Amino acid sequence: METTLRRVLPDQELIRLYEQMFLSREFEERCAEQYSKGHITGFLHLYSGQEAVAVGATAGLHRDDYILSAYREHAQAIVRGAEPRRVMAELFGKATGICKGKGGSMHLFDPSLNFMGGYAIVGGQFPISVGLAFASRYRGEDRIAACFFGDGAVNQGTFHESLNWAQLWQLPVLFICENNFYGIGTELHRSSALASIHRRTCGYDIPSEKVDGMDVIAMYKAVRHAAEKVRETGRPHFIEATTYRFRGHSMSDPGKYRSAAEHELWKTRDPLPNYARRLIQEDIATREALDAIEARCKTIIDEAVAFAEQSPWPEDAEVFNDIYV
Amino acid sequence: MSVLTYRDALNLALKEEMRRDPSMVVWGEDVALYEGSFKVTRGLLAEFGEERVKDTPISENTIVGVAVGAAMGGLRPVIELMTVNFALLAMDQIINHMAKIRSMFGGQTFLPMTIRMPGGGGSQLAAQHSQSLETYFMHCPGLRVLYPATPSDAKGLLKTAIRDNNPVIFLEHELLYNSKGEVPEDPEFLIPAGQAEIKRPGEHVTIVAYARMTILALQAAEELERDGISCEVVDLRSLAPLDEETVIASATRTGRAVVVDECWRTCGLGAEIASRIFERCFDRLQAPVKRVSGLDVPMPYSRKIERICIPQTETIVQAVKDVMSGRY
Repeated sequence: METTLRRVLPDQELIRLYEQMFLSREFEERCAEQYSKGHITGFLHLYSGQEAVAVGATAGLHRDDYILSAYREHAQAIVRGAEPRRVMAELFGKATGICKGKGGSMHLFDPSLNFMGGYAIVGGQFPISVGLAFASRYRGEDRIAACFFGDGAVNQGTFHESLNWAQLWQLPVLFICENNFYGIGTELHRSSALASIHRRTCGYDIPSEKVDGMDVIAMYKAVRHAAEKVRETGRPHFIEATTYRFRGHSMSDPGKYRSAAEHELWKTRDPLPNYARRLIQEDIATREALDAIEARCKTIIDEAVAFAEQSPWPEDAEVFNDIYV
Repeated sequence: MSVLTYRDALNLALKEEMRRDPSMVVWGEDVALYEGSFKVTRGLLAEFGEERVKDTPISENTIVGVAVGAAMGGLRPVIELMTVNFALLAMDQIINHMAKIRSMFGGQTFLPMTIRMPGGGGSQLAAQHSQSLETYFMHCPGLRVLYPATPSDAKGLLKTAIRDNNPVIFLEHELLYNSKGEVPEDPEFLIPAGQAEIKRPGEHVTIVAYARMTILALQAAEELERDGISCEVVDLRSLAPLDEETVIASATRTGRAVVVDECWRTCGLGAEIASRIFERCFDRLQAPVKRVSGLDVPMPYSRKIERICIPQTETIVQAVKDVMSGRY
């Protein structure tokens, strides 16, 4: 039985979730376009299809909580509050980018938002999340570390080392696995002895649950509840969000390892139209109101692209800044 | 001044800095209850308690990664990897994360953290526990690499490393832990990174060394003095940043150089220094620069053959004589 939306959040908040999902989708689709024009180069991993995870989860966290992610992290950064134009400029490699054009798509970072990074090495962010959680507890701060990662990362040593560590030292880490069922082109059951990812935490006695990652409200409720529990107990918790990426692993991947039928099936579960339908059905928003939101998001992304285009390149001397020796 | 061992000088540096800065924590395999495999962390748990001095699981990559996160979160972690050999398990966090985070995130964060690692060979610990990996760290931009030879340098450099707001690799030579020397008592005694020291002035030849090789070079210089050869011994102390100026000035003055390193010869530290000397003062040299290095082999266990894999005082003496006599 579906939850009546109004029992979960006020109307304005419910609508904001849609706006964030739409903004994320629009950002990603425009990135694809800019990539094909050669304005964005390098690796580009898009998030289309997974929006409900980032949006629902972020809404369930406090602003003070740390967020860490992997290399498919544009949406997590934008939803947390990063300006789309500074993220776009980063992808263009411009000096006005969120990391001065030095990080690129896979390394977004903004400590003023407690957005502590996209990391391009699979599993690299696990121990860093644990360390941030320790620092938070040590300094007596009421913040948790939310660590996003994909299904492929659970086979890294750092996954097991960090789960063990977080539970051993009793640290406030919320692990959020975005299970889109494919590590690049290798389907989950071909890489994981135990394909039911949330059950993997048994070995560390960390409570875990599986959530529908195509449902923004389910994500929000699960993460809010889990985050409260983590805050209360100071212990880790684990969420497996099942989801799907509508595009390939990266722009160089046509995704031929997935059947058209599978793709179509997941398309029917697209979090955006489904959520829009619920908002309308429950009289929270009209179609016209949502259209206006969509138009506004498009304008924001238009402006982001224009800003990135017009921004200056970094100076050559910049290569020697912010490093050592 | 008081006479301390290298081990106790390091221990004192840790204690002084922990007293000074409550954001400093010490973690590592067996550093707390067991007080460190080489006892450098003796007394820390008793004085600073369990929240600041912690034993970690045997998970080297995660030890470094957790410290990276803690440093980003406002702490000043000083971690011990039981030996430098285990750093190989942590190379992802060291090279891909610790060394890169400041730069790739556009300077928006910094990592005030230090990794202490005992290293070097000569204790019959065989191939997996007798490695000198300093070149690995020197090669990667974004890391400071310090490696003291004396108790005084050990204290002064470790305090510098700890107060540094950037990641530091701090190497300690296992065979130097019991060596003794005078150490300043001043808790503000710090030795800046990037400053080599002329440990012995001389006229005829420059010996460039670091860590235990400095001690051997000094012994060699003493022997050579009896043969009328005056050696200047330059102790690098800081491998990154490297004090190229002191090395070049000395080699220019003496006109001859022998570079002594403990790591593998191929692509090793000695190759780098020799190359810089050739680049900067070739026209002032009276002889080619000579390298004395560890042999390019996995370290054997047997005492008899282990010895020939690591530079010894007599190898340095011979190398200097070769350079002086034109035998290359």
